[in-house]
Amino acid sequence: MSILTAKETLAPQSEAEVCAAIRSTGACVIEGGGTRRIGLAEGERLITRGLSGVTLYEPGTLTFVAQAGTPLHEIDALLASENQRLAFEVPDLRGLFGRQGDSTIGGVVAANASGPRRVASGACRDFCLGVRFVDGRGQVVKNGGRVMKNVTGLDLVKLMAGSHGTLGVLTEVSLKVQPLPETVVTLVVPGCDAPGAVAIMSDMLGQPFDLTGAAWLGGKVMLRLEGFETSLRYRVGRMRARLRCAAEEIWGAEACTPIWCGIRDVEAFNNRGGDVWRVSVKPSEATGLIEAVQPEDVMFDWGGNRLWLLMKEGTDLRAKMTTGHATLVRASDETKRRLGVFHPQSAVLARISAGLRHKFDPDGKFNQGMMG
Amino acid sequence: MDMPEPEPGTLVRKPELVARLRAVLPEDAVIDAPEELKAYECDALAAYRCPPLLAVLPETTGQVSEIMKICHDMGVPVVPRGAGTSLAGGALPTADAVILGVARLREVLEINTADRYIRVQTGMTNLSVTAAVEDEGFFYAPDPSSQLACAIAGNIAMNSGGAHCLKYGVTTNNLLGVTMVMADGEVVEIGGAEMDAPGLDLLGLICGSEGQLGVVTEATLRILPKPEGARPVLFGFDSNEVAGACVADIIRSGLIPVAIEFMDRPIIRATEEFAGAGYPDCEALLIVEVEGSEQEIADQLARIIAIAKRHNPVAIRESQSAEESTRIWLGRKSAFGAMGQMGDYICLDGTIPVGELPSVLNRIADLAAEHGHMVGNVFHAGDGNMHPLILYNANEPGQLESAERLGAEILKLCVDAGGCLTGEHGVGVEKRELMTHQFAPADLEAQMAVKDVFDSTWILNPAKVFPLDVSATRRARA
Repeated sequence: MSILTAKETLAPQSEAEVCAAIRSTGACVIEGGGTRRIGLAEGERLITRGLSGVTLYEPGTLTFVAQAGTPLHEIDALLASENQRLAFEVPDLRGLFGRQGDSTIGGVVAANASGPRRVASGACRDFCLGVRFVDGRGQVVKNGGRVMKNVTGLDLVKLMAGSHGTLGVLTEVSLKVQPLPETVVTLVVPGCDAPGAVAIMSDMLGQPFDLTGAAWLGGKVMLRLEGFETSLRYRVGRMRARLRCAAEEIWGAEACTPIWCGIRDVEAFNNRGGDVWRVSVKPSEATGLIEAVQPEDVMFDWGGNRLWLLMKEGTDLRAKMTTGHATLVRASDETKRRLGVFHPQSAVLARISAGLRHKFDPDGKFNQGMMG
Repeated sequence: MDMPEPEPGTLVRKPELVARLRAVLPEDAVIDAPEELKAYECDALAAYRCPPLLAVLPETTGQVSEIMKICHDMGVPVVPRGAGTSLAGGALPTADAVILGVARLREVLEINTADRYIRVQTGMTNLSVTAAVEDEGFFYAPDPSSQLACAIAGNIAMNSGGAHCLKYGVTTNNLLGVTMVMADGEVVEIGGAEMDAPGLDLLGLICGSEGQLGVVTEATLRILPKPEGARPVLFGFDSNEVAGACVADIIRSGLIPVAIEFMDRPIIRATEEFAGAGYPDCEALLIVEVEGSEQEIADQLARIIAIAKRHNPVAIRESQSAEESTRIWLGRKSAFGAMGQMGDYICLDGTIPVGELPSVLNRIADLAAEHGHMVGNVFHAGDGNMHPLILYNANEPGQLESAERLGAEILKLCVDAGGCLTGEHGVGVEKRELMTHQFAPADLEAQMAVKDVFDSTWILNPAKVFPLDVSATRRARA
């Protein structure tokens, strides 16, 4: 899927070179590993992979600082060596998009890429502690830091997370990490339709079980618990007592990881024709929504708060929606151009967003065409 | 601490402003009598006081919008006020400002336990939000220690935390949506009941913006199922270093306690004399609380005790009952009161990387001795959010200033250790002039540029957050 019209490539090797590159260039498209971009944009490619390396990692304080172009797999490996991980379960959408490449931590933050554990621990943005970025004038701005509690000044860290490179080029990020749990168990409830699935997930998420995953696909509800085995055995017992129906228990990381990676990466839609939409909705309205839009296939994550829909090519999903908001994740450029990738915003929000873009990028250099 | 001179032109237009506000608000919603305005002259940073020009107490978002339209039109500064519990002077007025209090915005608008959220007007107190969902087995997680009094509006403005945010996060991690009135009176909806919102993360920007960007009148908050139970364990150590190392080991272990609280010797002594909680006589004390079923609690506490034992604690007290838990928490909860009985105090809240705890505590002790003030430390150790309490005597000339100088040194120390000026109280006026120690000019410019977008004439809570000279040109626009 070609998204950008690349003329030349800028490949800065340091923050200073990013500043220089931005000062000398016109419109540019910022790229980390090029694995998760969903929006359309035009301009020269500005590749951040030259800014690589973890500059600080303190396992005892659950934090690290890395240059934005650091490959995600390097960070995963480093954290694993200390029995830690990124809490927000970064989706790997290369299979869904049919792309190659190495995801970068800057790209993860820019996309606020968050997987199934969002339902318990939070999204990527909730774990972002600090950023350094270069604005459209070629100036370095820093915000936040590397401590977990910080309310000093306006929170531009949250603003940068999920801004898809429209406000600046991230050069450094600091994140909070999570210790690996002792073990994991997935409770699989078969034979559920959509209303039944939402009922089970809402009931379980409304109990003090600390679920770290609640998804529905292929007629099965998947409920995940992570922690100490003694504790999980107790909670699984309580969950079974509430469920009062058959459920299979799958114990251990080896057996559970493929299940949750599949959900995280939307594997069920790989190599299947059609457009892929990501919808956010109140769980209680999820069933009504899928009845209204009649997808080819559907998967619920986040307890029914996040829906992945496979739609016939070119379908205007938003025209059929009465609730929630939708992002067009995978489609042809033509469809993306026609329907828009990002959900339209109210006039006042659009005005504020445009105002912010203009302040950070007065000459309109960054990712023109992205995010409206 | 300086505040800008009031605008004489605004002062003389008070009758016109009162008349215009009375025309759109209920009779008793506009307060202009000097004796009544005294109630709004300060917040919990009571060393600084100034009665406002007026105070208004709207009951609806529509009324807030009318107020903002009028003030925007007349170029009158507006200082939003929650319950006035800010320790940073976030709601401190100037003589030419209108205090916009949310105290009458107190309705629960919607409770949805199936989708796990509550929608409220933001004048509701933090604790009353939990009270509204408690019977259905839920609670609202952020728990600032002022939670009985503080308003959700102020929690959002300051991105409030609390003892339990180690597990549950702070306000920004529990806020799903807001209704906000912009500086010009326009009403905007940001986010909703879903777990994410489209577009730029404006909700993340609003949260913690200290009333700089708008007046939040309604909020959608995530609610969580109440844990089955909770129980603490108390450890005494013979040095701050050892206690600090124990904190790091607990955090690394994979356990997620809901709270890890730290008290140093001055605080332990003060609280013993004040509350008699029966704490051991030691240099440093940790209270670690865990949640879950009885069995889970016992299991987690056993693991935590095993970790602590590696650090040779001088005392271990595991709570076995509700009474013992109350007793363990008694000293911690009365720490501020205990210090208050010994004199006036300034409460700081700089955050540092947890690994720096011992060295920063030692340096604070040195600085305290140099400046001739007693400093006690009681804080949320799990996330490095310090609360040094600096004692002084308000009746002795020069003591406040001297305590403030020490406070500034301690906060700079926090920044230099890799931390920040404020972890949960906010910048307000208190830490405003220290911002240049943490941020370069371009960093502050970027933040002020954001305010420009929301409030181009800088009428919302001006003279806060940014150093006065840095914001002077912009404030002159009003």
